[in-house]
Amino acid sequence: MDPSALRYDFEHALLAMNRDEARRLLARVPGPPLAAIEALIVPSLARLGEGWERGQIALAQIYMGGRICEELVDTLLGSSQNERYGRPRMAIATIEDHHQLGKRIVSSALRGSGFQLIDYGVGTVDSIAARAVSDGIEILLLSALMLRSALRIRDVRTRLADRPIRVVVGGAPFIFDHALSREVGADAMATNAFHAVEVVRSLSQGSLPQGSLPQGAPWV
Amino acid sequence: MGLTSAARVRRTLSGEEPDRVPWFLLVTLHGARELGLSIREYFSKPEHVVEGQLRMRARYRHDCLYGFFFAALEAQAFGSDVLWFDDGPPNAGRPVASSHEQILGLAPPRVADHRGLCDVLVALEGMKRAAAGEVPVIGVIMSPFSLPIMQLGFERYLDVLLEHREAFLHLMRVNEEFCVEWGNAQLAAGADVLVYFDPVASSTITPRALYVETGFEVARRTLARLKGPVATHFASGRCLGVLDDVLKTGTPAIGVGSLEDLAAVKAACAGRATVVGNLNGIEMRHWSDAEAEAAVRAAIAQGAPGGRFVLSDQHGEIPFQVPERVLMAVSDAVHRFGRYPIEQSPPSP
Repeated sequence: MDPSALRYDFEHALLAMNRDEARRLLARVPGPPLAAIEALIVPSLARLGEGWERGQIALAQIYMGGRICEELVDTLLGSSQNERYGRPRMAIATIEDHHQLGKRIVSSALRGSGFQLIDYGVGTVDSIAARAVSDGIEILLLSALMLRSALRIRDVRTRLADRPIRVVVGGAPFIFDHALSREVGADAMATNAFHAVEVVRSLSQGSLPQGSLPQGAPWV
Repeated sequence: MGLTSAARVRRTLSGEEPDRVPWFLLVTLHGARELGLSIREYFSKPEHVVEGQLRMRARYRHDCLYGFFFAALEAQAFGSDVLWFDDGPPNAGRPVASSHEQILGLAPPRVADHRGLCDVLVALEGMKRAAAGEVPVIGVIMSPFSLPIMQLGFERYLDVLLEHREAFLHLMRVNEEFCVEWGNAQLAAGADVLVYFDPVASSTITPRALYVETGFEVARRTLARLKGPVATHFASGRCLGVLDDVLKTGTPAIGVGSLEDLAAVKAACAGRATVVGNLNGIEMRHWSDAEAEAAVRAAIAQGAPGGRFVLSDQHGEIPFQVPERVLMAVSDAVHRFGRYPIEQSPPSP
């Protein structure tokens, strides 16, 4: 089957929240599991993210599409962490905010793309910063729905100022105010959950995708 | 002598151009700063909120009094904790229901049994007295379709909405009963209009086909039982994709987010509803006076011609971090550039 036709059908299966069809289509990709993930899941999720940014796809579809991909990858790779990308070491959290859907979708997108990450759940500035240091985290993803929670990221950044930990931010306040990611000292901003995958890849390779680097960012 | 705020708003709702663009400054937390109180102290007495609203209106010369305290109050009525912060609205704590059994065990709380809800009613009574018929008093209800974000948590709610229809339908029955009692109590206490906050209905969150099957029916049933006008607000979500459906609920006004094309929404409403919006409250924190003026003029140019337009923010709540200087700049711009007939030339960059 033509790869682009396969991707088209896979995206539509995700939008229709059709697990069985998505599984069937993924099984048609030849090669090892990570190759199948790269060929089908990663580009499909990226397109869903772009569709959401343009207002053409709803968050409920993004959520379920990410979850389906996460389940498919769990099945493909099993419980073994060895088959997943072991680097960069990543964690994700929200700061004093029980709105966790964004964090969940980003987790699904990253796990569905073959990455590992630790979910810190809801934490305080101190607890998140301390844990990121003790876990040897290289990329800390912070998701925010509430403005006050987004602004607290600045305090996390300050706590981590002398650490080689890159902070990636995302969530509604950053979409409504593109200057906010720079204001809180983020190293990068993801405009949607699947863009986060691209940002993580680029950060680990020392480059960033267009649009994700806050102006005046202190590195790169 | 200009129109009263109430007359100004009535005129725009009827599709006429009043003396100037009405504007709703939907501040909920700035009154605390004005009164020198913490946010928690501020909301501990309804008299504080009345005083805060009156002082805000005296300063910024806008066209409403806003009886909204904070969204987590409704979740608290269902048993959730409220988490207080010094620099933002209180949040709902952990969800009150997650398992199927817990959801099926939910029952509508009574308004009279919850002190916080009763405080809102007292505040609305106070605002109504102070308004003396000259200023619209706004009450707020969370849509039964959107309240579960706080009751269940967003992720769990999407699971229920998408995959557990029995639990969803029970949840909607419970929430509709509560919403109708709560909304009608606010109307009886003095609210002239209710705002039905329904972000989950927006096409940002729910695909249209699913909305039509679920949230639309909830809204249609709920609005039909509320004994007053009910504006629909999507709390920054996009609405164009479901606008025709939403208007079938009988709502007379639509709250528009800043990611949406205001002129396109106005055109799509085509005289069927008033458009409310859509200043960006997040960016507003760091607007210069010139940026505030440009934003106001752009919104007015897109929305105001022909009436049926109220200038407001995108979300239904101005963030606490927006400084008073910016609010004053917005106010000055509305009073300067919002006079009808509206000058059609766009603001200079």
